[in-house]
Parts: sequence; structure tokens; C-alpha cells
Amino acid sequence: METILLFAPLIGSLICGFGWRVISEQGAMVVATGLLFLSAFLSWVVFLSFDGVTEQIQIMRWIESGTLATDWAIRLDRLTAIMLIVITTVSSLVHLYSFGYMAHDDHFREGESYRPRFFAYLSFFTFAMLMLVTADNLVQMFFGWEGVGVASYLLIGFYFRKESAGAASIKAFVVNRVGDFGFALGIFALFFLVDSINMDDVFAAAPELANTTITFLWGEWNAIEVICVLLFIGAMGKSAQLLLHTWLPDAMEGPTPVSALIHAATMVTAGVFLVCRMSPLMEFAPGATTFIVYLGATTAFFAATVGLVQNDIKRVIAYSTCSQLGYMFVAAGVGVYSAAMFHLLTHAFFKAMLFLGAGSVIHGMHHEQDMRNYGGLRKKLPYTFWAMMIGTLAITGVGIPLTHIGFAGFLSKDAIIESAWGAQTVAGTYGFWMLVIAACMTSFYSWRLMFLTFYGEARGDKHTHEHAHESPTVMLIPLGVLAVGAILAGMVWFKPFFGDTESVAKFYGIPVAGAEAHDESHADDSHAADDHSDDHAADGPAEDSHADESHAETAVASDDHSDDHAEEGGHGDGHHAAFGGQPGEGALFIGPENKVLDHAHEAPKWVKVSPFIAMLLGFLLAFQMYIRRPDLPAKLAENQKPLYDFLINKWYFDEIYDFLFVRPAQAIGKFLWKRGDGNVIDGGINGLAMGVIPFFTRLAGRAQSGYLFHYVFAMIIGIVVLVTWMSLSGGAH
Amino acid sequence: MDNLLSMITFIPAIAAVILALFLRGDDEAAQRNAKWLALIATAATFLVSLFLIAQFDASNPGFQFVEEREWLLGLKYKMGVDGISILFVMLTTFLMPLVIWSCWDVKVRVKEYMIAFLMLETLMLGVFCALDLVLFYLFFEAGLIPMFLIVGIWGGKERIYAAFKFFLYTFLGSVLMLVAMIAMYVDAGTTDIALLLKHQFGTESFSLLGMQVVGGMQTLLFLAFFASFAVKMPMWPVHTWLPDAHVQAPTAGSVVLAAILLKMGGYGFLRFSLPMFPVASDLLAPVVLWMSAIAIVYTSLVALAQQDMKKLIAYSSVAHMGYVTMGIFAANQQGIDGAIFQMISHGFISGALFLCVGVIYDRMHTREIDAYGGLVNRMPAYALIFMFFTMANVGLPGTSGFVGEFLTLMGVFQVNTWVAAVATTGVILSAAYALWLYRRVMLGDLIKESLKAITDMTPRERAIFAPLVVMTLLLGVYPALVTDIIGPSVAALVDHQSAAAEAFSATIQTAEGGH
Repeated sequence: METILLFAPLIGSLICGFGWRVISEQGAMVVATGLLFLSAFLSWVVFLSFDGVTEQIQIMRWIESGTLATDWAIRLDRLTAIMLIVITTVSSLVHLYSFGYMAHDDHFREGESYRPRFFAYLSFFTFAMLMLVTADNLVQMFFGWEGVGVASYLLIGFYFRKESAGAASIKAFVVNRVGDFGFALGIFALFFLVDSINMDDVFAAAPELANTTITFLWGEWNAIEVICVLLFIGAMGKSAQLLLHTWLPDAMEGPTPVSALIHAATMVTAGVFLVCRMSPLMEFAPGATTFIVYLGATTAFFAATVGLVQNDIKRVIAYSTCSQLGYMFVAAGVGVYSAAMFHLLTHAFFKAMLFLGAGSVIHGMHHEQDMRNYGGLRKKLPYTFWAMMIGTLAITGVGIPLTHIGFAGFLSKDAIIESAWGAQTVAGTYGFWMLVIAACMTSFYSWRLMFLTFYGEARGDKHTHEHAHESPTVMLIPLGVLAVGAILAGMVWFKPFFGDTESVAKFYGIPVAGAEAHDESHADDSHAADDHSDDHAADGPAEDSHADESHAETAVASDDHSDDHAEEGGHGDGHHAAFGGQPGEGALFIGPENKVLDHAHEAPKWVKVSPFIAMLLGFLLAFQMYIRRPDLPAKLAENQKPLYDFLINKWYFDEIYDFLFVRPAQAIGKFLWKRGDGNVIDGGINGLAMGVIPFFTRLAGRAQSGYLFHYVFAMIIGIVVLVTWMSLSGGAH
Repeated sequence: MDNLLSMITFIPAIAAVILALFLRGDDEAAQRNAKWLALIATAATFLVSLFLIAQFDASNPGFQFVEEREWLLGLKYKMGVDGISILFVMLTTFLMPLVIWSCWDVKVRVKEYMIAFLMLETLMLGVFCALDLVLFYLFFEAGLIPMFLIVGIWGGKERIYAAFKFFLYTFLGSVLMLVAMIAMYVDAGTTDIALLLKHQFGTESFSLLGMQVVGGMQTLLFLAFFASFAVKMPMWPVHTWLPDAHVQAPTAGSVVLAAILLKMGGYGFLRFSLPMFPVASDLLAPVVLWMSAIAIVYTSLVALAQQDMKKLIAYSSVAHMGYVTMGIFAANQQGIDGAIFQMISHGFISGALFLCVGVIYDRMHTREIDAYGGLVNRMPAYALIFMFFTMANVGLPGTSGFVGEFLTLMGVFQVNTWVAAVATTGVILSAAYALWLYRRVMLGDLIKESLKAITDMTPRERAIFAPLVVMTLLLGVYPALVTDIIGPSVAALVDHQSAAAEAFSATIQTAEGGH
């Protein structure tokens, strides 16, 4: 079943892309969409029936070389299951939506068949994304990682006649490759140290890696820190985190369904997924995770500031995505991976809906994307309006404070903010404040978007406004489905993602060790740990002695930790349960010292209420500026010109990169070509040649075929010399 | 069949002789006959080579299908293949029919053209099969003659300059190699490669012209061979003949040059340098690794600046060969597996890319990137093929281009993380130049008047690309097809080399300890 759900999109893509001439455009699109719905259905079956035990399914051999052995294989655990439903649900809805959205497109000429190509790319993307999340080794993950990159490249550049689309697609691919550069080096480092890149082996080696040093570039480093930072560089690229974020806003050149699927709900969350997947490593790398927290929090803040002033409806949402991804990284960085996954899940629903809603507006407004030309569309697009309203309520985090009742974003975002506080570190506190401020800005720009689009007077081209129309049903159905998700996802799944330790542990299949440690004596516990390592050895008879050894060490390590825990328990922190197990057991690994989840739950009331207050502030500010005093924004922009320019130019990242990297690369390339190859190398050799060639020319006489003759001549002389020598010395033996 | 290798090697030559002796006239019928005969001969060679791969015992790291005969002047004719060479034989026989088929539209001196390619195939196969030093040298050097002719007679405007450069570079390398071969014969008393592989060349340091030569004779022999193979690869900084040769060569010539001829350098490193001079290889590996890393970054940057499609792809080829030398001199299983894989894969991908350029060159007679733009509007099938090979060229996982790059980088990471990090930036740069090329040629609106009537690929052109697409995908998804065959031989090579290098460093240490 897992194999079917994995390959159905690929088959759909191939049929659609190559077979549409045979089965008609419409037929091809229906096949691709149908196969995706099948995939989505199976994903939900898998998700709901999943029992928490990691499953592995081998498909085929892949890259093998010496001790390196990788397979095409499926790893199914809770993390994978969550990603499966996110990907296939959003993807199938986006397929459906695209029937309406792509029905007519002015970018293409009459009679051009662009739709099967679009659907084929979408399905191919889905396949690559599924490969990414089901990977059982890091190379297969890398396959999916680059596969989604290609699909993203193809879809951003889908309007191939648009110059800007071509530029944006290359930018996306190349910037992602910068991240992949780090990812690849991380994989190499892992193989170098662990001698395997299969997940199980890597996880099992984590405690050992924490005590290993590696010589990498200019220094000696703690191995696991280096690996985690390198892998995170990969995540930064894919998830558009600060420094490697510049491609995401430009990626809005692609058709809007693409933005919803790839650049909001699925692909950009791959980085978050990677960090969560690597939780057994991350837990041993305090330096790397601190870095993740700082970077995520700063991104959340930075992107929100830029989002405040953008005028393109899709760019506002793009920066919003960038910012929300920062939230997820903060959660993952402080060690509450389940909260990161929670926000990933709810965000997928409401952000996809916001994008599809924006698409519906754009569709209704004849591909106008500038919000300054919108206004008063509430009446013309009633369903879209309500969908967008739900999305906005969800993203800004509306709910009843201090309860678990609210829109999806309310629960998941607050979970992250509380987790940041619960980290009780400098980084965590920084994260907490940054995220609260970002929450205020999130609320501001989201409401600004709503007010500019749906309220006030109609602005811009009259004709367009008169012909503004609600989108067809096929586009509204996905909005409705996602709306249900945006309302309910938070409340339904609160407990397994951010509830007490037991329910989170149960959901992810993590053994709960703390309760025993608390009740039983120290000796018993260490005995249990020993048993455990025995079990492991028995489970995998194929494991070599090396693995056994590392298991044994872990057992000892966890023994020490449980000792710590027993002491801590003595202080009476009220929570008896704690996460346990070895790295690699269950979908997440949460170290014995990691109590952030508990601390987050114990956060004082003001902490829990602060995001809500921030949200209200943002709303009121937006209301003041765009409903009551619509003249205010322009004045403010004028008064605060430097700040406004700074924001509207996105902190000048593109300009700086252009200056630092793009131009120098071209200039150096030209220099090396003309000067290096031209003057130095060829110059030197030509100089040499002038001396050598005439000599041979004289020897060879005036041969018609010139250099060829020289060559044959030289070779024959060579052979003659060789043979003569050998004859003189007695022939070959 | 005892003489399977000879059969494979000489079928094309026999066809060439038949063409030369019996085909008269230059009318259309004669041209057609020449092309058909060449196609049939190369296809037959491929079919016979299938027997070779089918009967090859991959678990045996030694030489197989060995043929040994007395030859003239006391020389020996000895052929054989092992896991390292057999795939190059297969690559050659696989590609040649496609190459012949791709020049179906050539009208100038068709007979001679076909003879040149047929001879070239024989000589290239000879290089990969020869197990005698003299025989190897003969094939290795003679192989350049038909290539010269192909560039010099059927080439572009500046073919003389290109041929001159080609000659000069290769000549310098081969003189040194010849001297080294004589020295090897003097030292070992044999020209049998299998015996030479077992012979230990001296490693005692001595001083030459006032300089202390560490690694002694091995180092000198290594350097002499290196001069020849580095030019052939080509390695930075002796690569500048390649872009010129490619630009001037006709399409089919470029394909053979990039896909097969360049691999003779890599093969040489694996057959001679690493196993015969293991100590010198170990000593000089850091230099070679850095040269490779520089090659990757340098030529990728240069590729960014190119205005000529063929030149761009040629520079990209040099960069990809950088991964090969890097993998070889990482001297571990992953590195060498990756290097061989990269060479095979590059054979398909670069061959296909040069064919891609050929497709539009045949239509527009220019290689200037600026002369194109928006071709996707009229050539959707071509756009798909070109995209596919562009992605394969940038090493997308799932295509064969990925496996080689990945394994070589993984191999070198274990030896030197700096080199690995510098070389890995190549994946960023390759994406930049390849996609930018694609954008400038294919994307955008089609506005240039001259392109308005351009036509998509013909069925023949599609049929030529099909096998290349299949191989690129197949090896990308199931690389075990290659690694199973090369694995044991490479393992033996790695063991042999590292044992010798370790023994040497042990003697150095005891010598130092003695002081």
C-alpha cells in the first residue's frame, strides 16, 4: 500500500506528460488527479491506522560502493505519516483547483497544450516530495530533495515566455543548490564517521558522534555539531531561511497553485522535516540547535517586517511563509520537534488556503496581483472572502486565551512561542521575544491584506473591477476542505502534538522511560537499559559488532541520564513521565535532559497570553491604518522614507548578493577565460611552440597535411626507438 | 571464442579496409553504401561485445578473455579486460553506432569520414584492451590520427589552429611517456602489463640535478605518464586544447572526443599510474587533488562566461573530468568507483549534449548562444531532451550524473575535507552555467526572425537520443549495473595501492627512526 501511494503520482505524471496526446488533455489531467486522490486516500489510511512502530520496506538496490550500501526504501514512522497526509491532501486539492485556475491562461497562445505539462509537473513534484519524506537513508532523501528542487524550477519557470519567470527559476535552483552543498557535505561527513548513511545506523551512532572530533576545513570540531550545522544549511536553502531566503519571494512568478503547494505547504517545510527527522543527532548538538533557534527567530522577524510593506498579494503571503517557517525552526531548535511538526501541519492547511484564496482573487481580477488595485471585493467574491477570512483568523492565531479552543494557528503558534520560552536559555528567550513581535506583525500584514483586498473602495482599473467574478466550484471546493482543516486541525491534534508527555510519546512511538526511573531504583533502571540494548542486538543480527558496541555505550549513557533524572525527579517537578528510548527508536528522539515541553506547559500566564495580545495589537493597528484612516500608510511611508525603502527593498539582500556573488562570479569567469586560459596558459605554450615546431617542420619536410604528418612521424620514431631498444636488449620476455 | 576481444577490436577496422579498397565513386549511392556499411559494422561490434559482457565474470578481479600471440620483431600481441577496462569497451561499442547514425546528413567526403570513425573505434578499443606496453602505446598514439583528420578536414573555420594545439599538447605528453616506457622495460625486463603490475619499481630517493627526488624512480615514471594522461583528460592547466578542438570539430567528432577519447586519460591513470607507481601516486596525490578541485571551480567559472555553446559544454566537460581525477587520487573504493562511474556516465551525457548542440547547429549553422532564444516555442521535444541532459549534467539524483559526482566527492572527503568542500561548490556553479545556457537558448518568446521556421527533431534524431536517455536514467536509478562489475577490480586496486604506500611510509619511518 505504501509503495502504491508513493508511485501513484509518478505514474500519473508520466501518463499525463507523455500520454495526453492519446487520451486527450482532459483525460490526462483526470488521470493524474485521480491517482493523487488515490494516493491521498491511502495516506490517510496509513496515518490513521499507524501504530507507532517504524516500518521499513526495501524496493531496490541503489548506490553501492565498498562499505557504502544504499537502497531505494521506504521508512514509515509517525513523522513520515504526518508528511504523507500533508503532501497528498494539499497536492490532490491543488490538482483539483488547477482544473479551474489553469483553464485559461493569457501567458499561452490559443491552442497551446500547457495544461497536461502543468499537471505532469505537479504530480512529479508530489512524487519527489514523497520520496523525500519516506527516505530510509540520506541519499534517497537527497534524491527527493533535489527532485523537488527541479520540480520547483520547472514550475516557477512555467510561463516560459516571461523573462522574470526564467530568472526566478534559475535563482531558486541555484540558491537551493547552495543549501544542497551543505547537505551533501553533511552526508559525506556522516559516511566518513559512521560508515553508513542509513537512518538507523546514523541514529545509533549519535551518542558516539557527540564524543568524536573531526578535522573539517581549518579546525578540529565536535563531529555532531559539524554534521548538524551542515545538514541545517541544506534546510536553510530549502526552507528559505535568512541568507538563503532570496529565492522564495521571486518564486511567486510561478502559477498560484504552485505557490500554494510547493512554496507554502510542502517543499519549503522539507527543511523543518529534515531537522525533526534528524532529532537523534540534533539532541546531541547544543551548538547547532542554538544556531537554529537564532536563525529561525531572526528569519521570522525579518520576513515579517518585509511582509508589512509588500504590495503584491502573493509576495505578502510568501514573506509570511518565510516567517512562519522561522517559527517552526525555533520550535525544532529548542527541542520541541512535535510543536514544529504541529505548526507544519496546521500551516500547510491555512497557508495553502490563503494562497489558493489569493489565486481565486487573482483569477477573478484577471491576473491583477497588486493589492493597490483591489478593494471592496467582499461582495464580488463572497466565498473567497470567507475562505480568506478563515485563513487570516488561523494564521494570526485567533482563539480563546488559556484554553485549547481556537483556529489551527492559534494552537500551533502559541505552542511554539511557549516552547521558546520553555527552553529557558538565552537563545530561547531571544526566540520568544522575536516570535511575539513577529506575531504582532503577522497579524498586521494579514489584516492589511484582507482590508486592502476586500474592504474599502474599489481601486485601479474600473473595467477589471466590473468584471471581477467568483471562481468556479472546482476552485472553491479545495478552499472549503482546507478551511475545515484551518479551523479544526489545531483543536483535533493538539494533544498528540503538544499535549502531555505521554500522549506525545505515544503518538510518535517514543518509549516513556521517566515513570519507571522515578519509581524504581537506580539498579533496576540500568538493568532495564541493558535489556534494551540486548533487545536491539537480537533485533538486528546483521548488525556488526561496531553497532553493538555503540548500543552498549548508549545504554551506559542513558543509564547516567536516568540517574540525573531520578535526582531531578526528587525535586518534585510534578511531571513523572519523560521521554526515553534510544536514538532512532520512535519517530523522534528527545534527550533525557530535554524538558522543554514540560517547561513550556508550565509557562506563566503572561507568556501564554502574550501572542494573543500581540495579535490584537496588530489587528488594531491594521484596522486603524487601512479602515479608519486609509490616508495614513502613504504619509507614514513618506515620513519614514529610509525605513520604508529598507523594507520595500527587502533589506537589500538581492542587491548585496548581486554585488558580492553574481557579478564577481561572472567577472572572474571572464577574467580566467581571457587572461588565465588565453594569456597565461596558451601564451606560454604558444611561446614554447614557436621554438619547437620549426625544428620538426624542417625534419618532416614540406608535408601537405602539416601537423598530422608531424604527429605520425613522431609516433613512428617513437615506436622505432622502442623496438630497437628492445631488440638490442634481447626482445620481450 | 578465444579471440573475442580481437574480433570486437578489429571488426571496424576490417570494415574500414573494405570501404577503402572496394568502394568507388562519390555519388549518392556510394555515400549511402559507405554510411550503411559503417553503421552495420559498428552495430555488429556492439552486438558481439554483448557476448563479452555476458560472459564476463565480475567476481574475478584479474584479466579475462586474455589473448597472447607472438608478433613481429619479438613483440607480443596481448589483449585482455578486467573490471576496470570492460565498461570502457562497452561504452565505445555502444556509442559508435549512434555516432555513425548522427552523421547521416554529412555530404563531404563521406567515405573517408566513415573510414576515420571506423579506424578510430578500433584504435580506441585497442587502448582499453591492450595488455602489452608497446601495443598500448601504438593504439594510444595512433588513435589521435583519425581524430586529427576529423577535426582537420571536416572541422570549422579555425581547424588548423585547433589541430595545432591538439598536436602540441599531446606530443609533449607522449614523448615523456615513451621515455618512461623504455625505462620501465629496462627496469622490469618485460612489456607485459600483467607482469608490470606485479613488478615493484624502485622507490629509493636519489638526487637529480641537485634536487632530492622522493619516491625515486616511481616518481619520475609517474610524472612522465602523468604528463600524457593529464593532457588527455584534460586536467587544468593543460586543458585549453579541448575547448578549441571541440569548437572546431564536427558534431560526431565532438561526441567521440568528449565521450570516449577523454576517458583514455582516466583509464591510463587507473591502469598504470595508480597500480604501477603506487608510492608516487600516494606522494603526489595531494597535488593532483588540488589540481582537480581548482579545475572544477576554475572551468565552471569560465563556463559561465562563454558565448559559444560548444565551448561552454567543453569547459563543463573539463570540470566533470576534474571529479574523475579527484576520485582516482582519493584512492579509496568510493573515489575510484565514482571516477569510473563518472567517466561512463559522462560518456552518455556529454555525448548527448554535443549531439544537442549538433541538432540546432545543423539547422542554423551557428553555435553562438545569442543567436538563439525561445526555441521551446517551436521545438518542444528538443526542449525536453535538452532539459533532461542539462539536469543530468548538473548531477541531478536519479540520473547517472549524480552517482559519479556523489561517490567521488564522498571518496575525497575521507582524504581531504578542503578539497571536498571546494569541489562541492562545483554543484552550485554547474547549476548556474547549465541552467543559464538553457534559459538563453530555449526559454523566452521566440522573436528572432531567423528562428521562426526552425523545426523540431526528426525521428532519426529522436531515435539517436533514446538509448542515451535510457542509459542515463538506468544507471542513475540502478547504478549496481556498473558498480557490480567494477567493484572487485577496484577493491583489488585499492588494496594493492594502499598496501604499497603504507609499506613505503613504514620504511621511511624506520629510516628516520634509525637516524
